[in-house]
Amino acid sequence: MKAPLSWLKWYVPFELDPHTLGHRMTLAGVEADKIEVRGGWDGVVVGLVKAVNPHPNADRLRLATVDYGAGEMTVVCGAPNVAAGQKIAFARAGAKLIDGHTGKPAVLKPAKIRGVESQGMVCSEKELGLSQEHEGILVLPSEAAIGTPLDAVLGDAVIDFAVTANRPDCLSMLGLAHEVAALTGGKVREPTLRYPETGEAIQKKTRVEILDADLCPRYIAGLATGVKIGPSPKWMQDRLTAAGMRPINNIVDITNYVMLEFGQPLHAFDYDLLTEHRIVVRRAKAGETITTIDGQERKLTPSILLIADAARPVALAGVMGGARSEVSERTTNVLLESAAFNNINIRRTSRDIGLRSEASSRFEKGLSAELPIYAARRAMQLFVELCGGTAAQGLVDVYPGKAPQRRVRVTGHRASALLGVRLTSSDLTPVLRSLGCDIHHASDDALEVTPPYWRMDLNIEDDLVEEYVRIKGFDSIPTAKLSGAVPAFEPSPLLALKESLRDLLAGAGLQEVITYSLTNQAGQALSGGGNGLRILNPLASDQEELRLNLRHGLLKTLAINQRNQENGVRLFELGRIYIPRSEELPDEREILGVLLSGPRDDLHWRRTEESLDFFDAKGLIESLLAELLLKGTFDPTKDAVLHPGKTAAITLGKTQVGVVGEVHPKFARAFDLLERSAAYFEIDLQALLEAMPKDERRYQAVGRFPSVLRDLAIVVDRALPAEQVAALIRSGEMVAGVTPFDVYTGKNIAPDKKSLAYRVVFQSPSKTLTTEEADGLQERLLSRLAKEFGATLRG
Amino acid sequence: MQEQLTHLRAEALAALEKVSNAKELEEWRIAYLGRKGQMTQVLRGLGALSPEDRRAAGAQSNELKALLEQRFAEREAALQAGSAEAIAASEAIDVTLPGRPVQIGRLHPITQVIREITGAFTAMGFQVVEGPEVEWDYYNFETLNIPKGHPARDMWDTMWIDQKNKDGERPLLLRTHTSPMQIRYMERHKPPVRVVVPGKVYRYEATDATHEWHFHQIEGLVVDKGVSFAQLKGTLEEFAKRLFGIERKVRFRCDYFPFVEPGAEMAIDWQGRWLEILGAGMVHPVVLKNMGCDPQVYSGFAFGMGVERIAMLKYGIDDIRHFYTNDLRFLKQF
Repeated sequence: MKAPLSWLKWYVPFELDPHTLGHRMTLAGVEADKIEVRGGWDGVVVGLVKAVNPHPNADRLRLATVDYGAGEMTVVCGAPNVAAGQKIAFARAGAKLIDGHTGKPAVLKPAKIRGVESQGMVCSEKELGLSQEHEGILVLPSEAAIGTPLDAVLGDAVIDFAVTANRPDCLSMLGLAHEVAALTGGKVREPTLRYPETGEAIQKKTRVEILDADLCPRYIAGLATGVKIGPSPKWMQDRLTAAGMRPINNIVDITNYVMLEFGQPLHAFDYDLLTEHRIVVRRAKAGETITTIDGQERKLTPSILLIADAARPVALAGVMGGARSEVSERTTNVLLESAAFNNINIRRTSRDIGLRSEASSRFEKGLSAELPIYAARRAMQLFVELCGGTAAQGLVDVYPGKAPQRRVRVTGHRASALLGVRLTSSDLTPVLRSLGCDIHHASDDALEVTPPYWRMDLNIEDDLVEEYVRIKGFDSIPTAKLSGAVPAFEPSPLLALKESLRDLLAGAGLQEVITYSLTNQAGQALSGGGNGLRILNPLASDQEELRLNLRHGLLKTLAINQRNQENGVRLFELGRIYIPRSEELPDEREILGVLLSGPRDDLHWRRTEESLDFFDAKGLIESLLAELLLKGTFDPTKDAVLHPGKTAAITLGKTQVGVVGEVHPKFARAFDLLERSAAYFEIDLQALLEAMPKDERRYQAVGRFPSVLRDLAIVVDRALPAEQVAALIRSGEMVAGVTPFDVYTGKNIAPDKKSLAYRVVFQSPSKTLTTEEADGLQERLLSRLAKEFGATLRG
Repeated sequence: MQEQLTHLRAEALAALEKVSNAKELEEWRIAYLGRKGQMTQVLRGLGALSPEDRRAAGAQSNELKALLEQRFAEREAALQAGSAEAIAASEAIDVTLPGRPVQIGRLHPITQVIREITGAFTAMGFQVVEGPEVEWDYYNFETLNIPKGHPARDMWDTMWIDQKNKDGERPLLLRTHTSPMQIRYMERHKPPVRVVVPGKVYRYEATDATHEWHFHQIEGLVVDKGVSFAQLKGTLEEFAKRLFGIERKVRFRCDYFPFVEPGAEMAIDWQGRWLEILGAGMVHPVVLKNMGCDPQVYSGFAFGMGVERIAMLKYGIDDIRHFYTNDLRFLKQF
């Protein structure tokens, strides 16, 4: 809501400068979004043109003699419209203006124009920065006093208020005036609502019928006959323009002006174009259409409320008028509509047909049904005053939805408790009165309050408490600490797991990323396809569905980054996937996704030239699991996006909790990955959490007796999973540890065989093993390996 | 015997003088003190002497052996010191070369800021909980005092799930704020309650430098007997000081959210300007009822803040889109 302060001051006088006012209003909840100040014309005053004489040396120039209060001066003037007797804006040398030709700020200098010395200038609107108008000079109202600084005559500020959804009253000058009055202690002046009703009784001229009272609690019609359509007066046009509206003609301008004044949207019909000169308020019939004043034909549905005449629709109630009954230059009789409509229906209509207007955006916020009568009378008064119209006697006022007056009880006790500061009802009274509330009954602690009709947002006790605090300012409330008991602690294992994983992964050198939760079918295909929940109104083609995997986001992130990173890229994300379930919210599963790609070592003078691969990913998983007191098993598996020969299922107990593998070369190509290989794993955190044992670690004495290390190199079938060998060794007598340290195929090993080397730790809990005993243990282990796997010692 | 010992002493010490490295020293040790060395021979020869002679010669022999051992140790120490110097000198490295890189990863700046914010509140007795991102209209709007058709719904441009129920309505949406957890949490807990709820939220909104359709919020809720606006102010001021420094000034102004009354917005003093960082207010009586709390007995306050906005302030980030582009050159700065 753009409010020109010169206009606002008509309703409530105030001394505050625009920025201070804006600040106070902002603190009270009506935010001053933008403040535009017009003026600051140094050295420009109101002058009177006393005489205009021809320029001796130029036909198109003239010499104007100007009385500027402190003296008289003759200046050269090129404007065709300059004339004796005009009040004009007069600038003396030194004034800061806009250069009429270049459009840039400039200081006015004395000049000799065609041989005549000129010490000043009669200004155009462009030179004052008011508009682009430069043909003629700006003519001021005749009542402007000679010598007055122009700032005092034309200076203004416009504050654009960002009004919250609960305060449609502040979408009006009067609503804002009430706020200013409450904040400054001023009094609001109401415009006159009286006008001569010299025409016929309105009941003889029109009728209003409301068929759907649930959507139209009130409809007021007024009639002005014999109006003369023309431009509205300049002051009205100026105010409308400053408030951001375009002047059209006097009738339309008046309806807009009164809307800005009271916040009540109005509509003017050409009375003579209404069939049977009457109004029917009803729901649309299926198949009906209307052409609105913007020239669009609109198909209607029965949920839409219409204003109709005896024959057909003439307006979309509360949204926009129809073209056929629009006021035009030929109009002489005007039927005025000032009505109340159901806000939810207006909002829905305006959304359904995709049309939002000044009217609908006010109605949809819920306007008072008491408001139309004030606005109707004000508009009629202006029709008579400014359009030469004759007002019919009375108004038609159909008001099926009249509600009993609201009364709200508020106590000092409640205000004290809610705000945390000691208050009595007598603290509340002056604030509520300043906002227009009526106080019916006051006791020591309680007030019976009738909120002003324009404040539809004041319905309960706490609303009135808010009124008190927002006008007094939140600074008036002290600060206090929470005083109640600290709530009982409730563990949150999933959250704790996520936080510890984050720390572990960052500590292991991975960078956390957060990617978008929405993807498309191509993204879903990366986990084998399927349909995620679809978005009704997606913003982009890659944001159509809730994701079923983190893979898309991670691979895209890798693709984006690889060109800028000479070193390895190690990414992780802890994010949700959204698995649809019927009749229920989707299953939002927390997933850990990890993607590793590029050289294992950063560029360095001792760098080894190896790429991050499957075993980096697996090693990371093993470390993570160990930190969580878990041990997983890894078995070959298949996956939509992973390499068929380099993929394993991660299993804890009997539950598969994730998958690890290298990205399939064809996806590496699809994502344009520079490194052909990238290792990926994902783990379902809920599954992980369920597998996690209770932390039952107990101290165990460190083995007192020295251990014996033996290296065993054996040759087995190439296809034999190494873990089976390790498992057998682990089960051996006195074996305290086993670590594979070499895997070899190639020269000296048969093509279908491989060599595995293990370092085995033998340790006894009760004595130092002798060499002979260790030899025996090793022999028995080797013979079991031979029997079980056909293993031979590598020669 | 006497003579033999004197000779051995002179010879051994002279030889030791000539020893110049570890190898020669070892040869010397073997020659004189070894198992088959001269000293050992002498000691073995003692057995052939008469008991009287043996006593005197034994004492002298042991004396000499002790001397040789001592000299040997001295020589060894001296040689070692010298050779360690030499070795160290040959092993000098260029200490100006960079060290071997150690991989240390970082958390996303949003995670870091969420931790900071939630940390400030847990220190004040709040617990951290999370909620679903796909929500029912019922929790996202209706129970928060924003019924269908309410004009305030325009405050949250919503992404709807394309799924109709039996009544032909679309009841599922991507939550537009973390506020639904106010109701969800209270359905399962009784006052006193202090929780903060971090999480992703979604808006149907074109993206630009200050708007993302996908961002993070942190919701807060306190419900108890006797909770007041003064406590709201005290708690949030304390939070601002913990997050932005002890000297930080804050300002509250009236604002409108349908689920609180009175409603406010808190701004912090930031380089001479007031920057709004969170919305707050006393829980609306209708919402308290929806939580199953009698508004005559219980009161509460709620607040919500945008994590990206706070991160942008803290780090001087000029474009919200950086957070989800995930350019490592951006992420590694935090």
